[in-house]
Amino acid sequence: MTTATLSAQWRDNKRYLWLLGAVVPALPLIGGYLYHLTGSPLSWWLAMIMVYAVIPLMDLLIGTDTNNPPETLVKEISQETYYRYAVYLAVPAGYASLIWGAWAFTHMDLAWHEALGLTLSVGVISGIGINTAHELGHKTPALERWMAKIALAPAAYGHFFIEHNRGHHVRVATPEDPASSRFGESFYAFLPRTVVGSLRSAWEIEAKRLAREGRGVWSIHNNNLQAWAMTVVLFGGLTAWLGWPALLFLVGQALYGLSLLEVVNYLEHYGLLRTKREDGSYERCQPHHSWNSNHIVTNIMLYHLQRHSDHHANPTRYYQALRHFEHAPQLPSGYASMILLAYCPPLWFKVMNPRVVAHYRGDMSKANIKPGIREQVIARYAKSA
Amino acid sequence: MQYKKWRCLICDYVYDEELGAPDDGIPPGTRWEDVPDSWTCPDCGASKDDFQMEEI
Repeated sequence: MTTATLSAQWRDNKRYLWLLGAVVPALPLIGGYLYHLTGSPLSWWLAMIMVYAVIPLMDLLIGTDTNNPPETLVKEISQETYYRYAVYLAVPAGYASLIWGAWAFTHMDLAWHEALGLTLSVGVISGIGINTAHELGHKTPALERWMAKIALAPAAYGHFFIEHNRGHHVRVATPEDPASSRFGESFYAFLPRTVVGSLRSAWEIEAKRLAREGRGVWSIHNNNLQAWAMTVVLFGGLTAWLGWPALLFLVGQALYGLSLLEVVNYLEHYGLLRTKREDGSYERCQPHHSWNSNHIVTNIMLYHLQRHSDHHANPTRYYQALRHFEHAPQLPSGYASMILLAYCPPLWFKVMNPRVVAHYRGDMSKANIKPGIREQVIARYAKSA
Repeated sequence: MQYKKWRCLICDYVYDEELGAPDDGIPPGTRWEDVPDSWTCPDCGASKDDFQMEEI
């Protein structure tokens, strides 16, 4: 049998499941409908329950898939417009949840726990929206880049579009990257560092680009300002329509949504470090600089984001074509389960620290360690190696 | 012939023909068309197709 006939037989077994990526953002709406049918206050928490309980459980039950598309088919499946539209659909679905959520928050006379559940559920969707924007923002066509900015507006994270591509991808797995977590750094220490550091980095990157074009930073061409303006228009418009309580809802869900993106960032490069060359530059980002997972359910929800090594090696590669790498570091479960561990630092350290140590075979001088404990950590594991 | 510069659309890295990319085994003075198609952006990994010629 030739390779050609082999590839002709390859089927994307996730092909139709990718559409679920557009169903998830509609979960708050579905929750509202369930409330209408059942009257159960738990309905308001539907998206939270799915992300924190149902999906982690399904990851454990359904397991992993290491299926890769054959190289000969990559070009063909990358160009298939079906996959593009499957992602586009997620954007209006997220907006529908946000707008309906703001209306329900202000007009439905909810108990405090129902209002909280609704705010957090919509926040989950805005956080997942950042992932949708991530898939779109890595592409070069203008339509997708605009849609990326639109998808970032609900979480008020427009600068991610700049920082992620031109900051994070360049400095990933180095101490200079605000969005790469360090060995011994808890999620709660990482969160303010990444939020502030990413904002500053995005601003500086754009200022530099604009200066190169002979423009000032307060320019209409500033991508950060463009993207933030969408949030101002969106939140301002909804507040004008629904009243001040809507702003409380919008800000609350945005803060929660961006924290969800950052907890995922926390998982992706924990403790991993690129080697510095003699001239002070870093080696290229390689597969062993990202944590991966092949858990099917989270991979569908996040457009193969967990095939993170291939994503960093080939950042413009379309999600449907991302590959599992045999020797890349693997997380014990999908991102949805791992974020639960990240929220509980002692548990996270217990599960992940030994994995980082094993990855570097006890030579922790090769790891990205929280400053202040570096010498201690190196000495401690050198003894056990 | 004047050397040209090519900028990565993803991360802004500049490939300057005059400087080449010695870390990747591309000597100074290598013309863009002679950079192998398998070469990728040293900063972010984008492919050669994701570069645009820069106005000088």
